[in-house]
Amino acid sequence: MSNALQTPVAPPRNGFSLGKIWTDKRSRGVIIQIFATAAFFAFIFWLLRNAVANFETLGKPFGFDFLWQESNYDINQHLIEYDSRSSHFRAGVVGVLNTLLVAVCGIVLSTILGFILGVLRLSPNWLVNRLSYCYIEFVRNVPVLVHILLIHGILVHALPGVKAVLKGATDDASQQFFLTNRGFYVPRPIFESGIWLVVAAIIGGIAIAMWYRRQARIKQADTGEQSPVFWMSVLAILGLPIVAYFLAGQPIQWDAPVPGRFNFKGGMALKPEFLALWLALSLYTAAFIAENVRSGIEAVSQGQTEAAHALGLPRGRTMNLVIIPQALRVIIPPLTSQYLNITKNSSLAIAIGYMDIVATIGGITLNQTGREMECMIIVLSLYLMFSLTISLLMNWYNKRIALVER
Amino acid sequence: MSEQYLPGEHPDLRPPVGQTGLLLWLRKNLFSSPFNIVLTILTVYCLYLMLPPLFNWAFFDAVFIAESRDACRAAGDGACWGFIEKRIGQFTFGFYPVEERWRVVLAFVLLVVALVPLLWDKCPNRRQAIWFSLLYPFIAYWLLLGGMGLEPVETSRFGGFMLTMVIGVTGIVCSLPLGILLALGRQSELHIIRWLCTSFIEFIRGVPLITLLFVASTMLNYFLPPGTTFDILLRVLIMVTLFSAAYIAEVVRGGLQAIPKGQTEAADALGLKYWSSMRLVVLPQALKISIPGIVNTFIGLFKDTTLVIVIGMLDPLGIGRASLSDIKWTGLSTEVYVFIAMFFFICCFSMSRYSIYLEKKLHTGHRED
Repeated sequence: MSNALQTPVAPPRNGFSLGKIWTDKRSRGVIIQIFATAAFFAFIFWLLRNAVANFETLGKPFGFDFLWQESNYDINQHLIEYDSRSSHFRAGVVGVLNTLLVAVCGIVLSTILGFILGVLRLSPNWLVNRLSYCYIEFVRNVPVLVHILLIHGILVHALPGVKAVLKGATDDASQQFFLTNRGFYVPRPIFESGIWLVVAAIIGGIAIAMWYRRQARIKQADTGEQSPVFWMSVLAILGLPIVAYFLAGQPIQWDAPVPGRFNFKGGMALKPEFLALWLALSLYTAAFIAENVRSGIEAVSQGQTEAAHALGLPRGRTMNLVIIPQALRVIIPPLTSQYLNITKNSSLAIAIGYMDIVATIGGITLNQTGREMECMIIVLSLYLMFSLTISLLMNWYNKRIALVER
Repeated sequence: MSEQYLPGEHPDLRPPVGQTGLLLWLRKNLFSSPFNIVLTILTVYCLYLMLPPLFNWAFFDAVFIAESRDACRAAGDGACWGFIEKRIGQFTFGFYPVEERWRVVLAFVLLVVALVPLLWDKCPNRRQAIWFSLLYPFIAYWLLLGGMGLEPVETSRFGGFMLTMVIGVTGIVCSLPLGILLALGRQSELHIIRWLCTSFIEFIRGVPLITLLFVASTMLNYFLPPGTTFDILLRVLIMVTLFSAAYIAEVVRGGLQAIPKGQTEAADALGLKYWSSMRLVVLPQALKISIPGIVNTFIGLFKDTTLVIVIGMLDPLGIGRASLSDIKWTGLSTEVYVFIAMFFFICCFSMSRYSIYLEKKLHTGHRED
């Protein structure tokens, strides 16, 4: 034993040898990185060289000037002025707006449905609980594209045709909503000049509600007295605009669809493509959100509820003040990726002919002009932009509500 | 006068009615509060409204064998499954030559055989059987594409559920190792490697799969040496693999981050090199906790195989849409899509059940929750 301790250990040799470069962790790291960089740039260079060579053999120019040519195609749903003489650029803008429209509508509906389903899934009522479980499992395990096509098929084939609806409608003149296989006809709002008063009232109402909420908090912190925050907010946000609406002389008129001989006049139609995409995306994503909500609420330990009850908080307050704030922290991150998924899945619109960005720029424009490279670059970078924006927003929100730890 | 018993000798009394069996269960689960009573009654009423018509449509009034849509409509008002029955061959095999279809069936049976030792750890002779599983991809390739004594079949004739299985299984098998490598790269201490992996993952996750498929079908030719053409199915397979690898990388990264730093340090202290410490210490623990996420990604991949219709490949949805344009059978889209939905539901639901089973089996941690 003691012998072994006394045996002199040879000092490490400091001489240079080629093998050492590889055995030393740091120099090996540098070598690997140099090789990786070189390989990466070589690969990019190879791709670019091929692309240049291919463009030359085909005699194609590269550039985005084609965006200002006439598009020569129609888009059946456009939120801004558009016809077949507009430019490809404008077609692209219409596509982006359509994508955003269905994404935003989908996010709103799926969040509402998802939270309801998630809470039902936790219900102590066996029947409700099982039913929502069946719904969630069935919807989650079927591709979203099948949902879209199925709902679109049902809307187109099972709903009555325009002619049949027109025939039935003549008897009843007061009807304002018509569900046909060419779309859901609803009254269109026409805004008159007094509308700014209502808008101002809505903004003012929200501001007053927020101010009141803050005052109530301060008051509670000082005196312990509670104020009816919820009802006052409802009054401010809903009541004020209603008063303003009548003061301004009812500035919103409704242009109801009137059955004509061959089609409806006036009103606006929600196209079956939009309806199918919206419903399918919302129903599909709601099932995922429901699972997130459920796991979020389950992540709050039972002790929290018991502690709240021990403090004498009633059920509703326990939920609002103890459970939900903690559950939200768990729910928000996966919710973000669900919102991203809705936005990305809206690209499936092309399968049923809803004209989103993939169908306009990446579809018809691409086929008409033959500019695959430019069109795909536009589409890909737009989606990247959407995704980055949503994740930045959600990260910011996430940081704000994150637990402050020591 | 009741009977007299010695202390402790009194036989147990039966619990009061309503505290046992069915009645107790009903009271606890369906009628525990006024609100629950209302909820139960409402739900039962909704079910009463919805279920009978649904069953009538799907089974009792349905027509299972018919020659055309009109014959179906004449025979009953329910679903027209006769259409599916007529086209089941196409739905399963696509346009694979009829006389060669046994090869697809054989490949499928062998797939099941190859999966057994992988998925079932108590399988007899597991070690030997796994050799067969490793060999399986080559056998399947030979069986499906032909050559070496078999009639060659072009990939453009693949279709239906068979195409779904081909894309799904290949994607799953190839994307797992790639995803693990990407995750390790993203956690690496080498800045450039980390940066490359991160940007690749974020790019792929930021765009929809459908645009990547478009890239594969329209743009890829520009980036290859002039004159190269390669199979569209291969391009799709590469894109699907890259796509799901990026998602798997994120799931595995979550697992890697959950492993305490002490584990790597302990492995370092034992003198393990990077790859050995990853293989023996870190990854087994990290993969174990990421199993649910990985299986979810696989389920997503399997469902995403339907997207290949947008570039004109004939997966079940493509076959369905093509056959719906047949004038004899027009207007039966609900039946077709419900049928396809059932197929996907069965596959994906069993995958998710298996993941739950695996999760329970591997739950060897010390946390009691």
